[in-house]
Amino acid sequence: MEPFTEHTGVVLPLDRADVDTDLIIPARFLKRTGRTGYGDMLFFTLRFDAGGMPLQDSTFAKPQYRGATVLVAGPNFGCGSSREHAAWALREYGFRAIIAPSFANIFAVNAAQNGVLTVVLPEERVRQMLETAAAREGYQLTVNLEQQTVTDGFGRRDRFEIDPFTKHCLLHGLDAIGLTLQASDDIARFESSRPAWMPRVTT
Amino acid sequence: MKPRTIIDKIWDAHVVRSAPEQPDVLFVDMHLVHEVTTPQAFEGLRLAGRRVRRPDLTFATLDHNVPTWPRSQPVTDPISRRQIAALEDNCRAFGIRLEGLESRRQGIVHIIGPELGLTQPGMLIACGDSHTGTHGALGALAFGIGTTEVEHVLATQTVPLRRPKTMEVRVEGALPPGTTPKDLILGIIRQIGVGGGIGHIIEYTGSTIRGLSVEGRLTVCNMTVEGGGRAGIIAPDDQTFTYVAGRPYAPPGRLWDEALAYWETLPTDPGAVYDRRVDVDAATIAPFVTWGTNPSQSEPVTGRVPDPSAVRDPAVRRAIERALTYMALRPGTPIQEIAIDRVFIGSCTNARLEDLRAAARMVAGRRVHANVRAMVVPGSQQVKAAAERERLDRIFTDAGFEWREAGCSMCLGMNPDILGPGERCASTSNRNFEGRQGPGGRTHLVSPPMAAAAAIAGRFVDIREWRA
Repeated sequence: MEPFTEHTGVVLPLDRADVDTDLIIPARFLKRTGRTGYGDMLFFTLRFDAGGMPLQDSTFAKPQYRGATVLVAGPNFGCGSSREHAAWALREYGFRAIIAPSFANIFAVNAAQNGVLTVVLPEERVRQMLETAAAREGYQLTVNLEQQTVTDGFGRRDRFEIDPFTKHCLLHGLDAIGLTLQASDDIARFESSRPAWMPRVTT
Repeated sequence: MKPRTIIDKIWDAHVVRSAPEQPDVLFVDMHLVHEVTTPQAFEGLRLAGRRVRRPDLTFATLDHNVPTWPRSQPVTDPISRRQIAALEDNCRAFGIRLEGLESRRQGIVHIIGPELGLTQPGMLIACGDSHTGTHGALGALAFGIGTTEVEHVLATQTVPLRRPKTMEVRVEGALPPGTTPKDLILGIIRQIGVGGGIGHIIEYTGSTIRGLSVEGRLTVCNMTVEGGGRAGIIAPDDQTFTYVAGRPYAPPGRLWDEALAYWETLPTDPGAVYDRRVDVDAATIAPFVTWGTNPSQSEPVTGRVPDPSAVRDPAVRRAIERALTYMALRPGTPIQEIAIDRVFIGSCTNARLEDLRAAARMVAGRRVHANVRAMVVPGSQQVKAAAERERLDRIFTDAGFEWREAGCSMCLGMNPDILGPGERCASTSNRNFEGRQGPGGRTHLVSPPMAAAAAIAGRFVDIREWRA
């Protein structure tokens, strides 16, 4: 997994609540069998018209947000489908951090697995960030995972909470499978004590 | 011993390893696999030279992108075909059982799990699909997971999870006439909001829940994720045990008694404490129709499209305005004046036999409205066969419905069954997100009888009066 320590980037404001993973990447783009090639389809309907032509008035098309790597959005970001393609698409497009008042559970895990940090801040503070990013060209934020802070260029510093294990894995780019496999003996012990009535499938 | 909820009991029974500040490593009793969220996971295994630890606890089917036209016709989309072939190849290579396109047991993963008896009380189930909570209806703890986690389960048969909080949603009273379990869950989501369950596992309790059939409970648990819940569960009872008994993977013979003795210990102990509790009065449930672009945005069929100018919170107001623009609806419009173009009866929410029976009762002896194209997509080949034994297929086709093969179909618009831009659909599925059923498509979520009646009338109708 790609480590995350500190990141500074231009903010793109996505001022809506309940951004679902169908909006992040529609199902018709999920037929590929690899982890790449989804960035161009990110927020497809917000960026392109029905004929696939870029929407000039889309937030994503505005020059001040070109190269944005920090996404700020409303509560319940990433709700809906469990598709990890949403996290792959966000990362491939360039986003490293997403700031919102809350995140859907499965999405938050998927994001972390791909080196994308989800930062939870109070709704009023996120609202300010959305408004600043809309008003001020080149508005940047720095997210520091070690210190659990978000800072802007004007002396404002917000602290966020993150569970220690997710933080540890992100800081060091750790692969959870490798960690769990170190506990193979525990798994084997558990397996030997499972009740016999549990279903088994044979090919 | 401290009283525990069913959630705590199943969780505790599956902890392989627990350490401070780390997620619990939980054993997965059954890992359900489908074609869309797994190719990258199998690829990851290959790259790392890992094997599937427990093929005997892994079960695959094809459902998300498969066409619902007759199985004798080929899958024409080459990219879908490749994804289907990838799962077939992966199952062969890693020794996993697959109920593929030729199988009489093929169907939507959350329909066939319970149907085959793979879902049993007290189990911990995982699947790379957000609607995995469905299996909680039988008293299992079931988690939707992402693809990296799928790879983790394949390699280790465990999933690392931080213990969520617990939430009791207690529903008391009789469901009013004309309402269904679908209306109940739409009502619950209307009450708690689409983010109301974030970070929580929800146990549904109360007399209303006890009174639901197992299939009705599956519908309720299915949409837990639409309220933000990490999982949903209903304590098993005699109805549950009767449902599981005799299914292909149910415990045989003497093992049944052993299993039953355990299952009976699962329900929440008296005095157990949840982190949160929500009370729902069944009398507030009505035949709901969603008017917006998330599943909490619904009104009773007798209501009207809301007026955003009456809403004070600017963020909520803008969300309603955006939804109404997308849905092309004017504030104040009576729900029953909304005309529809398409009807979809299907999905892991509402494509079981009871759903099809309830829809067929509305349809019998009537004709689909001239402006409407309507389809029924049974949730599994077994549901389809059972419905055909009851001649439900004839009721639907005589009325002008299409009767199709099993799959997820128009619920998520991955296969050829999609809405055209601007088309308006009465759908028994679970999500009315923008573009969910096809780019520019407009989805109204309803119960199976409400969808069936809308197909006949060409608009939404109050089935409580319409039947009379």
